[in-house]
Amino acid sequence: MEDMILYNRLQFAFTITFHYLFPQLTMGLSLMIVYFKWKFLRTKNEDYNNASKFWMKIFALNFAMGVVTGIPMEFQFGTNWAKFSELTGGIIGQTLAMEGMFSFFLESSFLGMFLFGEKLLGQKLHFLSGLMVFLGSWASGFLIIATHSWMQHPVGYEILENGKFVLNNFSALFNNPWLWPSYLHNQAGSLVTSSFFVAAVGAFYLLSNRHSRFGKIFVKSGVVFGVISSVILAFPTGDWAAKNVVKYQPATFAAMEGIFETEKGGSEIVLIGQPDMENKKLDNKIAVPNVLSFLTYQRWDAEIKGLNEFDESIHPTNVPGLYYGYHIMVGLGTIFIGIMVLASFLLWKGRLYKTKWLLWILMFMIPFPYIANTAGWYTAELGRQPWLVYNLMRMVDGVSPTVSSGNTLFTLLGFVGLYLLLGLLFLLLVLKIIRKGPEATKMALK
Amino acid sequence: MVMEIFWFIVLMVMLGIYVILDGYDFGAGIVHLFFAKTEEEKKAVTNAIGPFWDANEVWLIAAGGVLFFAFPTLYASAFSGFYLPLMLVLWLLIFRAVGLELRGQVHNRMWEAIWDKAFGIASFLLALFFGAALGNVVRGVNLGMVENGVSTQEAHYFFLALWNPTFDPLAEHQGVIDWFTLLLGLVAVVTLTIHGANWIILKTSTDLSQRLKKVIFKLNFVLLALVVTSACLWHYVKPFPLNNLQTHYWLWIFPIIGAIGLIGLFRINKFKKDSTGFLFSSLFIFGSFATTIASLFPTLLPSTNSVNPSLTVHNVAAHEYGLSIGLSWFIVAAILVVVYFIIQFRVFKGKMDDVGYGEH
Repeated sequence: MEDMILYNRLQFAFTITFHYLFPQLTMGLSLMIVYFKWKFLRTKNEDYNNASKFWMKIFALNFAMGVVTGIPMEFQFGTNWAKFSELTGGIIGQTLAMEGMFSFFLESSFLGMFLFGEKLLGQKLHFLSGLMVFLGSWASGFLIIATHSWMQHPVGYEILENGKFVLNNFSALFNNPWLWPSYLHNQAGSLVTSSFFVAAVGAFYLLSNRHSRFGKIFVKSGVVFGVISSVILAFPTGDWAAKNVVKYQPATFAAMEGIFETEKGGSEIVLIGQPDMENKKLDNKIAVPNVLSFLTYQRWDAEIKGLNEFDESIHPTNVPGLYYGYHIMVGLGTIFIGIMVLASFLLWKGRLYKTKWLLWILMFMIPFPYIANTAGWYTAELGRQPWLVYNLMRMVDGVSPTVSSGNTLFTLLGFVGLYLLLGLLFLLLVLKIIRKGPEATKMALK
Repeated sequence: MVMEIFWFIVLMVMLGIYVILDGYDFGAGIVHLFFAKTEEEKKAVTNAIGPFWDANEVWLIAAGGVLFFAFPTLYASAFSGFYLPLMLVLWLLIFRAVGLELRGQVHNRMWEAIWDKAFGIASFLLALFFGAALGNVVRGVNLGMVENGVSTQEAHYFFLALWNPTFDPLAEHQGVIDWFTLLLGLVAVVTLTIHGANWIILKTSTDLSQRLKKVIFKLNFVLLALVVTSACLWHYVKPFPLNNLQTHYWLWIFPIIGAIGLIGLFRINKFKKDSTGFLFSSLFIFGSFATTIASLFPTLLPSTNSVNPSLTVHNVAAHEYGLSIGLSWFIVAAILVVVYFIIQFRVFKGKMDDVGYGEH
């Protein structure tokens, strides 16, 4: 049974982690492409149209990867978590089915037009088709996070005698206090990834002295989008999301902040330290007194319950993992704000394109928003453990009863091999598109 | 009660649309594998489906979502029970998509050859698997995994190995692949090859189209033979499959539609419009799919033992409130889908030879 749960969790974690590398870029990038296209319509500057075409190629590749790795996600609820699906399907099936009906049709219908239809549609309608793709991808994110929010903070349900969860209030799914903060926080995270990506490619062009006109456009728009989104990522959205955790999952909050003991007179904020689960304390910590209390309750002496006060049966299963996930996310998020504020200051002063050291930093930042987004999701998911549905249904009660651990390991290994191949191919092709550059871009229609 | 039947119809319509739409993609893949010889012909095939496959696959995802939402117990039971074949289908769908999308990204003979094969073989196997899947549903499974008259699992759970050494559909420990499901897999391969060829004729105008008409004509004889054989063997595996049709005469409309589609295709060389062939193969697919569903109704997944009841529309559905509230958003969504479809159809009407799919 232990193996069975382990392999099922590993497979879901692996496939969703890999999957979300792609939508996190496409959701933000779709907005930026629409922006380039809009800028072209406003200024009639062909460079912006070529910029939008260039990013559409990267978008299309990412989108295809997102689609092919996304289908296994929908299947795995049933294949690996059958009991969970059976018992909660009447509720989370709503939002998942809505995602298919409302966003996937929208995205896929207009993506084809956006990619292949510039000549057929004319510029204005082409812009509109881009806008539709953007709407579709953001609607998809919304409905997935609505599903996620229900698992974190179940609302609008009743439990029947046979253990089934039944929906009794549809609108509660969308008024869930967990939903909007998580959604906005996540979308800001997605925009951070795409703006850093765009800025990094621009920095690469400027530093290597190729396609410099586009390098400037990319760095500029990347930094402008980047500074706005990385600030929003922390305040207010990150702040709202954290306050939800304090309110609805206090044990999780204590664990992710690394607070083991309740401190009279206010809790410190831990910057660095390693959780020692054997002795229930934090080693080698560097912390600032009272700040956590202030951030959480706006009072320096507010009391925050330490993890040791909660019964062990409701402790998050992997406290160190949760703690590190959270601290990596917050640490990187802070660095993002620093870099982007500095870069936008220099942009405003007109010196950014010549400040080589900062361009180097922008270029090498590419992987970090991905890491931060992933770490953030690990915080949310590990924070929900040991529950599948918070406080109501445990992990062990959700797995498929008839799928043996050997079969799960077989498919887990298969996914690892297949995704390794996909990842390599993806990198190869993205690098090829970037090397070729926007000037060589001619979209599909001859 | 009414809601369950409504969602059943919605689900089946969505699955039917999926089979007709992604079916021509699989068929085009098979044509690509066996009949497209020159580079120009291969391009014609990928151009004909390139802008569509992704939207077509959405029907599968959306149908999966509706299954999850409306019939969660069936979703849980079937997806965990058919664990291995579903995973294989997922991997094949990935190979199909990757082959199609990546082929044109690098201009290199070996690169193109690899992805051509990946796309073609994955399409072929997908057609085979979807046919076999239908075979599994018709044949039924050992619900509750009954051994010596005692359930070893909850009444609606099961697990199927990929095959057992005898490949006998009536064996005690069934496999996903036996001679009966394999036969239905072959029916699907031939059907979709014809269907895909019709789509290519509709959407492109190379020499391939003329050759494909001859291929369709010949394959149609094979298909007719396979359909007759499988209908007889069906009766052997699962007696009296037409019970529903004997009590509700109007249901005969489905096999009649299927027969019109099949027989009509023998006139492939005489059709004046390029769309007629596609229309007939769609009719055949719709008719035979609907006949199968209608003959099983209200059963969704038959039980092969006498201990546990079959899964039916009534014992796997979600709760009434959820199903009826779903109706309101579904109507909105369905109208939108029709609007998108009309827009897409108008933008991409006509031949696709010049679309340059996958060229960058």
